[in-house]
Amino acid sequence: MNFDFSSEDRMIQEQVRRFLSEQSPLSMHRSVMEGEALQATEVWRGLAELGLQGTAIPEAYGGVGAGYLPLCLVAQELGAVLAAVPFSSSIYLAAEAITCFGSTDQKERYLPKLASGEWIGTLALSEGPEAPTQTNLKVARSADTLSGKKLVVPHGLAADFAVVLVASAAGTDLVIAGLEGVERVAIEIVDPSIAAASLHFEQAQCEGLGNPGEGWAMLETLQHRAAVLYAFEQIGGAEQALNMAVAYAKERFAFGRPIGSFQALKHMMADMYVALKLAESNAYYAAWALQNDAPDLRLAAATARVSATQAFQLCARDNIQVHGGMGFTWAFDCHLFYRRSNYLALALGGLNEWENKLVDALPSAVA
Amino acid sequence: MDFSDTQTETEFRQTARVWIQDNAPAYLQAPLSGSGFGSTRTGDFDPIAEAKKWQKTKAEAGWACIQWPKEYGGRGATPIESVIWGQEEGVYGKLSGTFIIGQGMCAPTQVGTEEQKQRHIPKIVSGEVAWCQGYSEPGAGSDLAALQTKAIIDGDNFVINGQKIWTSGAQHSDYGILITRTDSEVAKHRGLTMFFLDMKSEGVDIRPIKQANGDSGFNEVFFDNVRIPDVQRLGDVGDGWKVALTTLMNERLAIGGSIATGFPEIQALVSELIIASGPANDNQAVRSKLADWYAKSAGLKNTGARAISALSKGEVPGPENSIGKLVAGGMMQDIAKFAVDLQGLGGLVTDPAIARSQAQIQAMLMRSPAVRIEGGTDQILRNIIAERVLGLPEDMRADKGIAFSQIPSSQNTGAR
Repeated sequence: MNFDFSSEDRMIQEQVRRFLSEQSPLSMHRSVMEGEALQATEVWRGLAELGLQGTAIPEAYGGVGAGYLPLCLVAQELGAVLAAVPFSSSIYLAAEAITCFGSTDQKERYLPKLASGEWIGTLALSEGPEAPTQTNLKVARSADTLSGKKLVVPHGLAADFAVVLVASAAGTDLVIAGLEGVERVAIEIVDPSIAAASLHFEQAQCEGLGNPGEGWAMLETLQHRAAVLYAFEQIGGAEQALNMAVAYAKERFAFGRPIGSFQALKHMMADMYVALKLAESNAYYAAWALQNDAPDLRLAAATARVSATQAFQLCARDNIQVHGGMGFTWAFDCHLFYRRSNYLALALGGLNEWENKLVDALPSAVA
Repeated sequence: MDFSDTQTETEFRQTARVWIQDNAPAYLQAPLSGSGFGSTRTGDFDPIAEAKKWQKTKAEAGWACIQWPKEYGGRGATPIESVIWGQEEGVYGKLSGTFIIGQGMCAPTQVGTEEQKQRHIPKIVSGEVAWCQGYSEPGAGSDLAALQTKAIIDGDNFVINGQKIWTSGAQHSDYGILITRTDSEVAKHRGLTMFFLDMKSEGVDIRPIKQANGDSGFNEVFFDNVRIPDVQRLGDVGDGWKVALTTLMNERLAIGGSIATGFPEIQALVSELIIASGPANDNQAVRSKLADWYAKSAGLKNTGARAISALSKGEVPGPENSIGKLVAGGMMQDIAKFAVDLQGLGGLVTDPAIARSQAQIQAMLMRSPAVRIEGGTDQILRNIIAERVLGLPEDMRADKGIAFSQIPSSQNTGAR
């Protein structure tokens, strides 16, 4: 048994870590969050120079074709530095949707540009405060055009095109719509570095992706696959939040001793570690299942997602607690992790939704 | 990433599997499968006799304590082979409970003479003798080094007076290891000395403890002027703490993964149970809990798999593996409470003849508090994670650098 990443995969991870530690410090995240830029453009370009957007995209379509295992580790590193780039939307969602369901022609047109970072894609799903279902979609397709409003589209301000879930004559479809000429309005969300937008389609041009009527089924497949990659971003962030807490607890003194010597705080951080370890191990298994298209991919993905959401939310929350009042200042970085953890928890459907997906995928009990 | 065995591992697994098929006590498979939560079930057969028989069969064929050197009766197997063996032995491994203290903790502590090793270890391997360990005392649990059982030198012997508690299997044991205080006027960790003794020695009195759940899996052991020959001292006088740490390390290296969590039990229960809202399986609160518990138990299993991979590469699994019992113990208690809650008064039935699954849940409910204490409390495990894994500073201690006799305790302050 070898339940670990290969040394080649680890080398890629190391390379990404080095690049990000130099080029994507948290101050970069802040400048995107507080400024006008839609993303950390230099970081995005640098990632592209390393070929990372194309990690899992097949060589035939301009990618590296290295598979999902190294991509998982790239995700972990991006998560650790809260990178302010549209990697998740463009690669785990848009590129993945086209790789899984696109025609050869679509793959030829879109994947090389996604792999090179020239184009940014996203997924437009949500239409309002209630979760999208097979029956409540208002954005609708009629032949080659679509109309309606998608709310909270992650990275919607920066994206060149969106994969959109729409109502159609056949039920639900996935379509690809270019965003040039589509009205976009910036939406403030908990993590401002995400540059979320609402998209107002009015007779906008679109092309079908996959079979008509299979939109919802494709979405489910896509979400499960992406969940594995989101889980790696989440454990990356969780680990960094825990590291911050531990480092601060060693330096900060109160009552004449480092606060990390108090059991009340030690035990809190031990629990953060436990949540992280469980999530990490479940994510490792899901990475294997994704790479090998294992029969239990859905269960593995939902399990990884539930654990990773729990871990990042716990670590980000209690990192603030360990920092005390300083943790609630804008100047300290704790809130950046708290914000990102809450964004990632909902980006792909919330915890409750994934708990249900997990239970649906469980093999029946041996009574 | 690859979950399959290597060529050598496949061959080893195959050899082990064939031998187990041909030699294991198949008549015990059904009752053993129902074991758990602190009990080993062997149906109409005597558990101790069956355990000894299986151990002997394994030892004769070289399948007992396989990681130990051949010269002491082991097989000289690698750590990964030991894991594979454990997987293949499966339910029959539950029979080893009687020997777990001797094999897991005592034998590796035999820092004694070569002659002592030659004499005792092969008998531990063959199951001819069982060992127990005398560590905890009524006043020394998590703070083990606060122990008070005294050993005073008298010629070629030490004379022991005091009391140990939570001594599993003392009533079936031939030998025991014993940690004692030989000097109260030095700092507490420095005044300890380790021995092994014949449990049939004069002055040893073993009494079962009745536990909170009604079972009696542990004992109190009283020592009244028990004489232990100096040749049975393990390590130097005053070095007992170092020797004890070695055994505890061995205990903690045992890899998780097969630890009971209660998940299969709760899943089975809710798949059949009807509650006020309809089938329990369809209830949102139930589904949410089920997902959380599945994720945790899968996390433990996958963490175990990572530890096995590390072993396979020749790495030593670290203290991070202490998460297993911490997660499983709390989870089992939560599951039992939730399961009882779902069933209302019916959930309180403890008679397996009336309600088998409820009775099992009841057994979990009443046994799980012990899981969160034995072999390191939840709090001690969190300290270990915080200090040894995360590198957080040690707790400030009120007993540091003070002679044992001067340390405040409930006795010398009059507090109770």
